[in-house]
Amino acid sequence: MKRYTKDRLRRSMMFVPGNNPGMIRDVHIYPADSIMFDLEDSVAYTEKDTARLLVYNALKTLNFGNKEIVVRINDLSSGLGVMDLEAIVPAGVHVVRLPKTDSAQDVIDCEKEIARIERKHGIEVGSTGMMAAIESANGVLNAREIAHASDRLIGIALGAEDYVTDLKTTRADGIELLFARSMILNAARSAGIAALDTVYSDVNNEEGFIAEATLIKKLGFDGKSVINPRQIAPLHKVFMPSEKDLNKAYAIMEAIEDAKKRGSGVASLKGKMIDKPVVLRAQRLIALHEAGLRMDDGED
Amino acid sequence: MKLKVPSTAGTMESNDVLVSIKPAKSGGIQIALQSNVMQQYGRRIREVITETLEELGVENAEVEATDKGALDCTIRARVAAAAYRAAESSDYHWEAKK
Amino acid sequence: MDLKKIPHIEEIGNRGVCSGKVTKTSATFDERTKGENKIVKDLKTAILASGLKDGMTVSFHHHFRNGDHVLNFVMDTLAEMGFKNLTVAASSLAGVHAPLIQHIKNGVVTHIETSGLRGELAEEISRGLMEFPIVFRSHGGRAAAIESGLLHIDVAFLGAPSCDPYGNANGYSREDDDGIACGSLGYARTDAKYADHVIVLTNHIVPYPNAPFAIPESSVDYVVEVEDIGDPAGIMSGATRYTKNPKELKIAETAANVVEAAGYLYNGFTMQMGSGGASLAVARFLRQKMIDQGIHARFALGGITSQICAMHEEGLIDKILDVQSFDLDAALSLKKNHLHQQIDAVYYASYLHNSAVNKLDFVILSALEIDTDFNVNVLTGSDGVIRGAIGGHPDTAEGASLSVIVAPLCRGRIPCVVDHVQTVITPGAAVDVLVTDQGVAVNPNRPEIAEKLKAAGIRVTTIEKLRDRAYAEVGMPDPIHYTDKIVGVAMYRDNTVIDVIRQIEE
Repeated sequence: MKRYTKDRLRRSMMFVPGNNPGMIRDVHIYPADSIMFDLEDSVAYTEKDTARLLVYNALKTLNFGNKEIVVRINDLSSGLGVMDLEAIVPAGVHVVRLPKTDSAQDVIDCEKEIARIERKHGIEVGSTGMMAAIESANGVLNAREIAHASDRLIGIALGAEDYVTDLKTTRADGIELLFARSMILNAARSAGIAALDTVYSDVNNEEGFIAEATLIKKLGFDGKSVINPRQIAPLHKVFMPSEKDLNKAYAIMEAIEDAKKRGSGVASLKGKMIDKPVVLRAQRLIALHEAGLRMDDGED
Repeated sequence: MKLKVPSTAGTMESNDVLVSIKPAKSGGIQIALQSNVMQQYGRRIREVITETLEELGVENAEVEATDKGALDCTIRARVAAAAYRAAESSDYHWEAKK
Repeated sequence: MDLKKIPHIEEIGNRGVCSGKVTKTSATFDERTKGENKIVKDLKTAILASGLKDGMTVSFHHHFRNGDHVLNFVMDTLAEMGFKNLTVAASSLAGVHAPLIQHIKNGVVTHIETSGLRGELAEEISRGLMEFPIVFRSHGGRAAAIESGLLHIDVAFLGAPSCDPYGNANGYSREDDDGIACGSLGYARTDAKYADHVIVLTNHIVPYPNAPFAIPESSVDYVVEVEDIGDPAGIMSGATRYTKNPKELKIAETAANVVEAAGYLYNGFTMQMGSGGASLAVARFLRQKMIDQGIHARFALGGITSQICAMHEEGLIDKILDVQSFDLDAALSLKKNHLHQQIDAVYYASYLHNSAVNKLDFVILSALEIDTDFNVNVLTGSDGVIRGAIGGHPDTAEGASLSVIVAPLCRGRIPCVVDHVQTVITPGAAVDVLVTDQGVAVNPNRPEIAEKLKAAGIRVTTIEKLRDRAYAEVGMPDPIHYTDKIVGVAMYRDNTVIDVIRQIEE
């Protein structure tokens, strides 16, 4: 059985340093759609072993509710990436996040390792999902091939810190990321997977965070990484549909229901025929709205 | 697993446990435990430390643990990390989640 | 004049005819002040003059919190003078009062009454230091005990940051902005009013009249000037900052939503926030709701923080009723804002009157533990050792129309929602809603609140489910073992016994 669902809400992906037991145990109380335990940049080189063991044991024991569980592994070329996979694939990770993805081959190499490990543990091959983070000029230019490189991919993400360094620039108002974001978004859409935006590191600047979230939502991104629980609520608010759009979406869904009752294959609203993309958009909007209304997502 | 050198894993942060392991020739698994939840969980913490080492095939060791309210899974992770380090081994044993 | 000719003179009061003799002096008031006042040369002189005897009761306030040097100084002096078998009735005791251990061992102190106990003294007492159990009372319970005579104070030793030569004492100094300030002297005022003898200890004698004063000279017998009443940094500092802990913020935001959904956030509402990060942070979320809805609070009660004062200055809270100031900004607000009113412990919470706590719409309170009957413990740790204070917890929980307990589901590995609390301090019947980081539970006594919360989209679970989740997360704790010896008796606010604390078994 697949541990991941391609089509699900991914407005927020909460980063958690993989060697911090306090944050690992508490992260499930916040309303992020996905949790990402990090074995890469937030873990010192000398603590890679302890972090790996900690995340492994946490995944096997703790209850994270209905959240999507992602682990960011170290890149394969470091030699650490495969060691990470050996631990987290059997531990039940939903989605492996591959960092520094420069080409489709990176994805294929990683998938091969995951499949091998799945087989070794008697886990159905293909159960584990993947996402690729693109963090270089090369990666951005190869975005389309990367996005199409594996059936396991649920999405591709932008990792902006390394990317701007590669471009010989720094993070600014967002114009520096416009090309990368557009590439990644189009590549993701072309492959029918999610497009996920980078982190906003200044946690005390809520205004700047909201501006960036609004921008990426306009571009068409599904969501964004967050590094502090305080960023989740404003982010979800940005993704909350407007009342006007929502009413229209409900009207569309009602028209579809009416058509079904009448036994008609063709639904129309105000004289206009409703085609499939319109229905999809309406459904997505209603899902976003309902998710946004939930004050918490703990189970009773 | 054969322990070769003294080692340490974990931190003194809250929710964590600092585990030091020294190889020993005999005497089984000796645990010197300090914990801020000693009365409520001291017994359980010793149990988890012993279980983890036994599962790794460690028969004799001197363990010093300073616990700051770590959950069982954290204790297990830190003890295992210290043991692998003490054995100078990266031959990790991973098991699929049931 | 023939008094007998005045009709009904016996009823009016027959004290004779005025002789025309008056006591009059020509010295300036300044000169007179130097000669005739209540200042005595040292503490020993004041103690001797008060007539204190072995076996009597001495009282102290805790407005200097963990910076207090008065209690230790007085107790050392009493020990030196050879007093024995004293009862120390403090409004609360802190870690700084560990030297009491020696006085207990030497028989100087044999009885203690307090609201709370922390640190080494608490550890020792939990291990059976005293023969006579400590009596724990809430702030309201203590006030009621004092005014009804149940707790009789022979001599009150009251530290004050300023006092004039006649005994008008205050929690700050109008002359000196840099001096020690503790703000309200609410608990000291009740002691001053009812104690047989009152000795004020101050480091700052100011010219008469020290107005406005917390304690009037009519209540004070002696004034002693001392160099050191306390450590300003330990008494209070700066402003209480809102917590940045995301878990506490989540709890606080949910609690604010609960108050609103339950219908207690209306124009002219009344409120109190207990101490603790999550509890205080509720004000931040209420503030935004108040601004958005254009409403304001009639008053905020209790221990007062900078945040409450800032909301008062913004016009969101009309008036402040301050029995105890929690930080320097609150103390300064008391000094400068004339609608920031100092109140005493009786006015605050005595059950013998319709006191201020009875006029609360809601109170937000912390807890060390809460059990499935909604009983709350704020006094003993999960290891059975005393490490907290009752404060106004039961007073406000009963008095307020809505009492909301805010607590994390677990603190580190310690579960906060449990089968049985170590010590019942506030009975479940006085508790309405529990807000944790992992869910909200409503006391089954208040089904209408549960309905309102659900209608507002707040997910309501049961306290049993919260308990199960806590135990699933951290595991079942081993039970704490106690001996049969009772080391403390916890009183409810009406001074009936609600629970006992036993000696822990090592």
